[in-house]
Amino acid sequence: MILELETVSAGYGAVQALTDVSLHVAEGEIVTLIGANGAGKSTLLMTICGDPRARAGRITFDGQDITALPTHAIMRGGIAQSPEGRRVFPRMTVLDNLIMGAEVAGHDPGRDLERVYTLFPRLKERAAQRGGTLSGGEQQMLAIGRALMARPRLLLLDEPSLGLAPLIARQIFSAIRELNAREGLSVLLVEQNANQALRLAHRGYVLVTGRITLEGPGRALLDRPEIRDAYLGTGA
Amino acid sequence: MRVAAALRDAAITGLVAAGLFLPLVALRTDVSPSGALFIRTRWSDAAILIALAVVGRFALVLWLGRKIPVASTESAWWEEPLRRAGKFFTPVLLLVAVALPWLPGTGRYELDLGILVLTYVMLGWGLNIVVGLAGLLDLGYVAFYAVGAYSYALLAQYFGLSFWLCLPLAGILAAFWGVLLGFPVLRLRGDYLAIVTLAFGEIIRVVLINWASFTGGPNGIGGIPRPSFFGLPFSMGGEAGSFAHTFGLEPSPLHRVVFLYYLILGLALLTNWVSIRLRRQPLGRAWEALREDETACRALGINITTTKLTAFALGAMFAGVAGSFFATRQGFISPESFTFIESAIILAIVVLGGMGSQIGIALAALIMIGGFEVFRGLEEWRMLVFGIAMVVIMVLRPRGLVSSRTPTVALGERRAISGALVGEGRG
Repeated sequence: MILELETVSAGYGAVQALTDVSLHVAEGEIVTLIGANGAGKSTLLMTICGDPRARAGRITFDGQDITALPTHAIMRGGIAQSPEGRRVFPRMTVLDNLIMGAEVAGHDPGRDLERVYTLFPRLKERAAQRGGTLSGGEQQMLAIGRALMARPRLLLLDEPSLGLAPLIARQIFSAIRELNAREGLSVLLVEQNANQALRLAHRGYVLVTGRITLEGPGRALLDRPEIRDAYLGTGA
Repeated sequence: MRVAAALRDAAITGLVAAGLFLPLVALRTDVSPSGALFIRTRWSDAAILIALAVVGRFALVLWLGRKIPVASTESAWWEEPLRRAGKFFTPVLLLVAVALPWLPGTGRYELDLGILVLTYVMLGWGLNIVVGLAGLLDLGYVAFYAVGAYSYALLAQYFGLSFWLCLPLAGILAAFWGVLLGFPVLRLRGDYLAIVTLAFGEIIRVVLINWASFTGGPNGIGGIPRPSFFGLPFSMGGEAGSFAHTFGLEPSPLHRVVFLYYLILGLALLTNWVSIRLRRQPLGRAWEALREDETACRALGINITTTKLTAFALGAMFAGVAGSFFATRQGFISPESFTFIESAIILAIVVLGGMGSQIGIALAALIMIGGFEVFRGLEEWRMLVFGIAMVVIMVLRPRGLVSSRTPTVALGERRAISGALVGEGRG
């Protein structure tokens, strides 16, 4: 088990965003978390990173309890996140953005750059361009590439398909599948695009107002009528 | 048609001018010989000013046809030649700075002005670390300048420590105060950060004024020892062991001025060198990333606390070193030298120069501080001229004099990128 959450609760101020959430990601697994707006999906990813901190429960990464670790220590220990809204550094070049990802891990970025450029050749073409001048899809590639630079063992992806044309979104998803299949990278994926996300994932969880209501293999969840009604819009 | 528009515009201008000049000029409180306060009216003066504004606007609109100046974030016409000449421009500027004391026509006045400009260049480069690189808007930067100046003055007064020992000490003490300011403002951004740093600057000044038994209060500290040439004093007598005697020169008061000039030039260049080096290091890149997006920095595992504190500490350190230089140069310091207007001038230099641009800051300091001197003949109108110049520059060049920057890291050729393509600095 690379990541395990046991009855984790978290929130902001008086607002309780997560209640008794338990989930796990196995080594080499793609796990997807689907839910409506405001269900607490992004909060869950952020809580794993220690910001906000879990109010109750336990988070373990690779057998080590990381619940109380400061954010920067968690992010140095083998978890990387491509945050919601991409958040590339707009005034820094693509290359600078990527190097920022490797900096905290403290290794030479050369080999990792090659790996990211192989995965997203577009980034190599745009290396000298400012992050803010890239298209949405390219920015998403950059955000994922930047996260990969730290050589994570677990990649957290927050809505990578948000605001992207379907074709570009498919490219992003196939890149995730490739990373997982070729390198055995574990991925925890948060998505609103339930259809594609559940097809990609080995397993899925459904989050409703801060609680896990359903879990199961991706394809099996896709076939459940309540999922089809709520997230795919194909029901009656 | 045009006349009608001009008349309407002139009428509006008249109203605005009346709103300004009636309370400001027409009504004036004066003290009568008996000591009582009374209001003196100056209706005619106000009327003349309003009429000038109305006529001026009318003429301007007729002439220009209400053309509104357009702000440009494109590269200005002088930037392209500047960039092409850039390979030579910076070295030439540096060469002029180094050779200034030996150029014909350079006297005591020019050297003193040069020292003043270089002090602000150093302060600008120091503040640029905090504001331009790390994106933390600091309105109380002068506090660290004061800490440096008082560190040297007090250490020399109470313990008789020499300038060369106090120079690094002042830097360290100021850096310590930078960290002290940094801690409470770690969680603040933008406007809130600006308010707290502004207050911090005032706290330091008010403490200096009121702790009279230690700092001399509003009277300041006088008789601060002047620097020696690495142990050899600059004395007029030419006795053995003095600078002039050791080097077989005729004693001259100019020796010390030239020495001070090279000292501040060296310190400023050190600040520049450190900033440029740091920009290519992980720490410098972390600062720039922090300026861009704090949340993304967290997600990448950057320790926000240490990144912010090092920016505050390093920026403060350079201000402290500049402060102790200021103290030894003046020989006298008082809290009056460390008012908010100083912070504002330094910040204006950084912003005018185009945040993050080293050469832009040097130019802005030269123009601002040199400009202050050039317009000295205008006396109290100086600030007005200056304010107008600032407004014009900010309207026409909102991203500073040198708004394009080359990327810190690039593959192959470095391409300068216009300010138009990059976001504005957010505090």
